[in-house]
Amino acid sequence: MSHAMHLEESPTTGDEVITNYTINFGPQHPAAHGVLRMVMELDGEIIERIDPHVGLLHRGTEKLIEHKTYLQALPYFDRLDYCSPLCMEHSYVLAIEKLLNIEVPERAQYLRVLFAELTRICNHMLNIGAHVMDVGAMTPNLWVFELREDCLNFFERASGARMHSAWFRPGGVHQDVPEKLLVDIGEWLDTRLPELFGDAMSLVLDNRIFKQRNVDIAVVSKDDAVAWGFSGPMIRAAGIPWDLRKSQPYDVYDRMDFDIPVGTNSDCYDRFVVRVKEVYESAKIIKQCLAQMPSGPVASDDRKVAPPKRAEMKQSMEALIHHFKLYTEGFHVPAGEVYVATESPKGEFGVYLVSDGSNKPYRCKIRPTAFSHLQAMDFMSRGHMLPDATAILGAIDVVFGECDR
Amino acid sequence: MATLHPAPRFTLIDGLKATLAKALGDHLLEANEAHGELLFTVKRESIEDALRILRDDHKYQQLMEIAGVDYPSRAERFEVVYMLLSLTANSRIIVKCSASEDTPVPTVTTLWPNAGWLEREVFDLYGVLFAGNTDLRRILTDYGFEGHPFRKDFPLTGYHELRYSEDEKRVVYEPVELAQDLRQFDFMSPWEGADYVLPGDEKADTPPVDKPKTTEKPSDTGAGAKTDKQATGKVGAGAPDEKDGGKGAPAPEPTEDRPARAARKGKVGGSAKATEPKKKPKAPAKRKPAAKKKDSE
Repeated sequence: MSHAMHLEESPTTGDEVITNYTINFGPQHPAAHGVLRMVMELDGEIIERIDPHVGLLHRGTEKLIEHKTYLQALPYFDRLDYCSPLCMEHSYVLAIEKLLNIEVPERAQYLRVLFAELTRICNHMLNIGAHVMDVGAMTPNLWVFELREDCLNFFERASGARMHSAWFRPGGVHQDVPEKLLVDIGEWLDTRLPELFGDAMSLVLDNRIFKQRNVDIAVVSKDDAVAWGFSGPMIRAAGIPWDLRKSQPYDVYDRMDFDIPVGTNSDCYDRFVVRVKEVYESAKIIKQCLAQMPSGPVASDDRKVAPPKRAEMKQSMEALIHHFKLYTEGFHVPAGEVYVATESPKGEFGVYLVSDGSNKPYRCKIRPTAFSHLQAMDFMSRGHMLPDATAILGAIDVVFGECDR
Repeated sequence: MATLHPAPRFTLIDGLKATLAKALGDHLLEANEAHGELLFTVKRESIEDALRILRDDHKYQQLMEIAGVDYPSRAERFEVVYMLLSLTANSRIIVKCSASEDTPVPTVTTLWPNAGWLEREVFDLYGVLFAGNTDLRRILTDYGFEGHPFRKDFPLTGYHELRYSEDEKRVVYEPVELAQDLRQFDFMSPWEGADYVLPGDEKADTPPVDKPKTTEKPSDTGAGAKTDKQATGKVGAGAPDEKDGGKGAPAPEPTEDRPARAARKGKVGGSAKATEPKKKPKAPAKRKPAAKKKDSE
């Protein structure tokens, strides 16, 4: 095959010239964080152009939701961004509640905020670990995965499922949590999280190799970040203090005292550090939730939306009928359309819900965070080296369950 | 209506609807405020101009999402919905326009670079065309996919399924074959949302007859003259005649000549025993000690 490797010769110097060539990055690449295929045009090792091909995990979730009742559609949201399932449910239940305009008990709102923040920690543990591993370090990933495991255990104790919890429900949450779980979470925040996470980050944050791989990689200006529809840590790393939990508070976020970490340089390193800081902010929020959480019901007492307690069903015929109707026909949502967006760990996760007044959503458009960010992959990577693509991708924090839906 | 729900609370400035409606001017078809959302319907041809006004003059810097919606009953069946976000005014609005299969919507990639993929998605899933989008390829569906799967008339199961064929050592595409019927449960209350006629309801629309059917005589069969004639003179099976009912009727013949049944084999002699009140059963020999123990307690 030697003739096939014949290289063009430069007319002036006689040196061999390498012409541009195209490679496939993925769809089965460990650094692609799922099934992403990127067609890369390279000049030597310099990226000239990237064309990301998404949709390899497209399952038609939005179409499936149109064929399910509002409650039956809920578990699909766990399967969107499977790294932060409860935050996905959060947007959906809030959208339903906005259309129904029902009140949610305080304890349920606190529990939702608590578990949304726990989910954020869980998600960032995965992303931080994966990002570090993408650029060559092994140990921190193993340590932060321990913490992720702890989070998943907490989810299991609350909902019975480690990942696909389906625990947030329209009108509140499915079940109250055991008192011991809240105690354990508080202890975990005081002891294990700061120790283990602090240790892991001490290996990374000032590490020379890690900085060489991330600092000044994929710098995005403020204007670009806004124009490309960035949100979440991506827009905060660009120096814009935009956080939906602060600016458009939902549930009891308006009672929480926390800071929004912002970047200064808008590179991959800043995005990483923003996430690291957010973990500590989330821990702060959870502690406040634990301190302030009142006792009381955890689901709406509107029996046309939230099912009755099982004990009540043994006594009351009406409760039994409500239960039966809710789990067969489901509840009807007034006709209208809303767009509800919450701050998921990856950015703005929105649900555009159109109801025609029946028991099934007429249309449920899911706004994934990754779509805007991944689209910017092309302009962020131009002029960088091929190995930088993995760092950029890691800093985007992309999960294809959500991107492809 | 008071806000009870805990959904995100963004600024809804008084008079914003009127201000924006005035700014949009001729482009605007309808302005609505419902469920705490501001919705503006604009003319399709001027969607780009309308969004440019909102972006440049009214601080809606970010385009967060473009959604397609299909309403097959409308003349222009698709709605293209743009979600705008203002970072500085902390406000969200929804702007939409309608389109049909063959009326392209002007692209907004000229305003926001991220509109490219969002428009590609609406094109892929609904088949809405975007004039001026230079890269209108499919995005979410498979390479070589045909049709637009999110249209309401596209079946949920699709038309093709694929699997890995061990014989051919490649992925093969085949028409969808369901092992069991797709389960479509109809949980709607029949008196609320059934789209079919309930049994018996079809009679509700039958117009009243001029001459109501009567059956005073047996000959009024209502089944035509021939049947009426046959029925004339017949006596209906009504109450029995006085003379042949009740006491006068002969008793049935005795059944003496029927042979008696042979005695049953085995210990049980007859049925008399079974009707006696049950005696306390004797405990079997084996379990005697245990029974004793129980007694002593």
